[in-house]
Amino acid sequence: MATTTAPQLKAKDFKGKVDPDWCPGCGDFGLLNSVQKALAELGRQPHEVMCISGIGCSSNFPGYLSTYGMHTLHGRSLAVATGVKFANNELTVLVTGGDGDGYGIGGNHFAHTARRNVDLTYLVMNNQIYGLTTGQQSPASRTGMKTKSTPFGNLERPVNPVTTAIMNGATFVARGFSGHGKHLVSIVKQAIEHKGFSLVDVFSPCVTFNHDNTYDFFRERIEKLEEVEHDTSDWKGACEKAMHWDDKIYTGVYFQDKDTPALNEQEPVVEHGPRALAEPALTSEQGDRILKRMM
Amino acid sequence: MSNGYDFAFAIGGAAGQGIATPGNILARIFVRRGLHLHAYNAYQSIIRGGHIFLTIRVKPERVDSHGDDLNLILCLNQDTMDRHARHVTPGGAVIFNSDSITPAEVQEGVQLCGLPIKDLTEDNRNKLVQNTVALGVMLNLLGVEFGVLESALGDQFKRKGQDVVDENVKMAKAGYDYAKEQFKDFGEPLPEGDKPLAVWTGNDALAMGGAAAGVKFYTAYPMSPSTGVLHWMAKNARELDIMVRQIEDEIGVANVAIGAAQTGARSMCATSGGGFALMTEAFGSAAMMEIPVVFINVQRAGPSTGVPTKTEQGDLWQALGASQGDFERIIVAPKDALDAFNTVVEVFNLTDHYQCPSLVLTDLLISEGTFSVEPDAINMQPEIDRGELITEPGDGTDYKRYLITESGISPRAIPGLPGYAHVAPTDEHDEDSVLISDEYTNPHKRRNMVEKRARKLKTFHDKVAAPAIEGPADAEVTLVGWGSTEGVIRDARELLAESGIKANQLAVKWLVPFHADAITEILSKAKKVLIVENNYSGQFYRYLRSETGISVDGHIRKYDGEPFQPHHVADGVMDQLGDKKVTRDGVFVPFQEIMV
Repeated sequence: MATTTAPQLKAKDFKGKVDPDWCPGCGDFGLLNSVQKALAELGRQPHEVMCISGIGCSSNFPGYLSTYGMHTLHGRSLAVATGVKFANNELTVLVTGGDGDGYGIGGNHFAHTARRNVDLTYLVMNNQIYGLTTGQQSPASRTGMKTKSTPFGNLERPVNPVTTAIMNGATFVARGFSGHGKHLVSIVKQAIEHKGFSLVDVFSPCVTFNHDNTYDFFRERIEKLEEVEHDTSDWKGACEKAMHWDDKIYTGVYFQDKDTPALNEQEPVVEHGPRALAEPALTSEQGDRILKRMM
Repeated sequence: MSNGYDFAFAIGGAAGQGIATPGNILARIFVRRGLHLHAYNAYQSIIRGGHIFLTIRVKPERVDSHGDDLNLILCLNQDTMDRHARHVTPGGAVIFNSDSITPAEVQEGVQLCGLPIKDLTEDNRNKLVQNTVALGVMLNLLGVEFGVLESALGDQFKRKGQDVVDENVKMAKAGYDYAKEQFKDFGEPLPEGDKPLAVWTGNDALAMGGAAAGVKFYTAYPMSPSTGVLHWMAKNARELDIMVRQIEDEIGVANVAIGAAQTGARSMCATSGGGFALMTEAFGSAAMMEIPVVFINVQRAGPSTGVPTKTEQGDLWQALGASQGDFERIIVAPKDALDAFNTVVEVFNLTDHYQCPSLVLTDLLISEGTFSVEPDAINMQPEIDRGELITEPGDGTDYKRYLITESGISPRAIPGLPGYAHVAPTDEHDEDSVLISDEYTNPHKRRNMVEKRARKLKTFHDKVAAPAIEGPADAEVTLVGWGSTEGVIRDARELLAESGIKANQLAVKWLVPFHADAITEILSKAKKVLIVENNYSGQFYRYLRSETGISVDGHIRKYDGEPFQPHHVADGVMDQLGDKKVTRDGVFVPFQEIMV
């Protein structure tokens, strides 16, 4: 996969065959633009990248890129992506989806993929609501929020993706806002370049069904971590900052552990190249050794 | 039942009493001597305690089942003596520690071989050495020279050091010599075969089939009785350059396997029915995305958590109904361990050719059984056909992953290849991967895509042979089974022949697509058809009927967790052909005599 002679591409070269079917004003456009820019700025070619999603509005994402992709079952994107990365760790693997897909139905895979530190870039378009099913409570919906499934107000507490990811062993944890495109490009680039599991929780307002967490809601509260005193190697400090919500919400890189190697790099079998591209047949020596042990 | 040498041993005790080690030593001795064996281990889902009963049947020729007779049993506890001593056939022997076990009543002509273990082991505090003493006794009764056991013990214990080897050899010799003085041997010495054989379990065979087929990605969540596949893969992963991952649950396993398969690796996962239930949504998604991936369901007695360590053929309808929607897949039930090996190889070529998921539906009887095998019969370098795979870079224009073709098969490009970037979607999509489920719903495109995928398997019957009758063409009864019952039905036919009943058999292996026309043709010529299956409701019969409209003359079904023994099937045939004393509503249910 040599890229030395490949042309430097522009963000538009990463646009897919069809235009997004998202509602006008949807926060997901912000991330899509940022990812296309980030990939171009990092000098990637479309065939070197694979984007894997689950189900939900935001999970249509791979269809809007010119890269390889999979649009998998609800909640299963991280599992599928784990298989992709382990089979071919030369691919840049992005995983995209929403808060319901990732923190709800896919919560088990979220915890374990973070723990394993598989080199994936997980971009969650968090709109704190189920949009495609027309507006029910999501695991990220705030307490008290009125939705179609919580008409009298949500009694549950929302998940905190940042602390959850850090406590589960993610080695890169960040937050972005789709209304802050430039900042998001920078975060996405750092996440892609990080060797290990990276989570970028992106506030991506649902203009149709979430009237609580609007662009204005975030604009009034967001403060960038780069602009305050913050040590990204301090997981406790990162968790403290992640607990802010009502008055102030931080975006930027919360935490990064640069020392723990990615799991897919640790398996000795990858030293012989991606398994996906390996000659499938066993050698006669390999076959004979196996048979001899059975005698 | 055969005219020649046919001998069955059993070792019984509680979990933790060390039954596996003498079992393994005996198996190695037999196969090195060129003798065939078939071992069935009855056990429970506990690590210590309970009752384990390992049966090993040995013959100079292929052994098709664990048989009906017990010639020699080693009782490691009183429970085993009380349960099983009476099953030993005349001329046989019961070996036990006479310091702690009281002999039970046995049939006439059965030798009770009590061993004064304390004296023989000189008060050795390691309780497991009594098993080695007993091995010495067994080998003496079988007429095997001591040197054979000595070298087998050396192989078994060399990892633990020379002291352990020496101690075991000493204990074995004490037993061997004691038997020579005190007991009568079986007269006919253990025969020798032409050439040494190998030994494997069905789980080994499934894993090896994968390795030989070029599996480069294996993933699983531990679940009895399929876990042996994971163990084999994990142990051999680095030597064979196979990526092996244990994942958090079977939902994850199936999806990880699909991701690896889409990326181009031959990818496999194994589980049991409960795990497969969790995998089913992904199974269908592989069909929709046209990703070749092989699933294995090793059936155990169910439903729910069921009876984790017992066998059953109860997941057929689960397999048939696995995943929502109407889609293409292959389902196959191998007939024995060697067939399991070959089936995995074959099914990988088919699944790559047709770009669809496949399910190997097997059961505990095969997966956890231990069998002899002729090493020459195992082809570790079979032909690998990856189907219509694009491997050279393209110019980036006009590639349609789901191109509508006459065969229904669309050339597949592997991610990473320049010029073929595309998305594989679980939503219905057009030829060029664009979703037609949301904004772009289009009934004509939907119909075209459904028909394209359906066309793929139209050539399946050209590539996969239909089952055939085994046994006399003029048989008065045809026994139909599927999957693992082929061997026991073969043994039952021998028993029936001894009673003057001519029977033949049809062993069905490929379940989906089903050879409906060929099977209809075969069964329409049969005089009487009985279906033998290891479940309560006749799942295979109901499937056969739905695919062919055939009705049959009777059924033999067992669903107590234990596998059929030959006489169970033969008794069923005789009852159905005769007075139908036991048969109720057309179904004969054999009685399980051995309580395990």
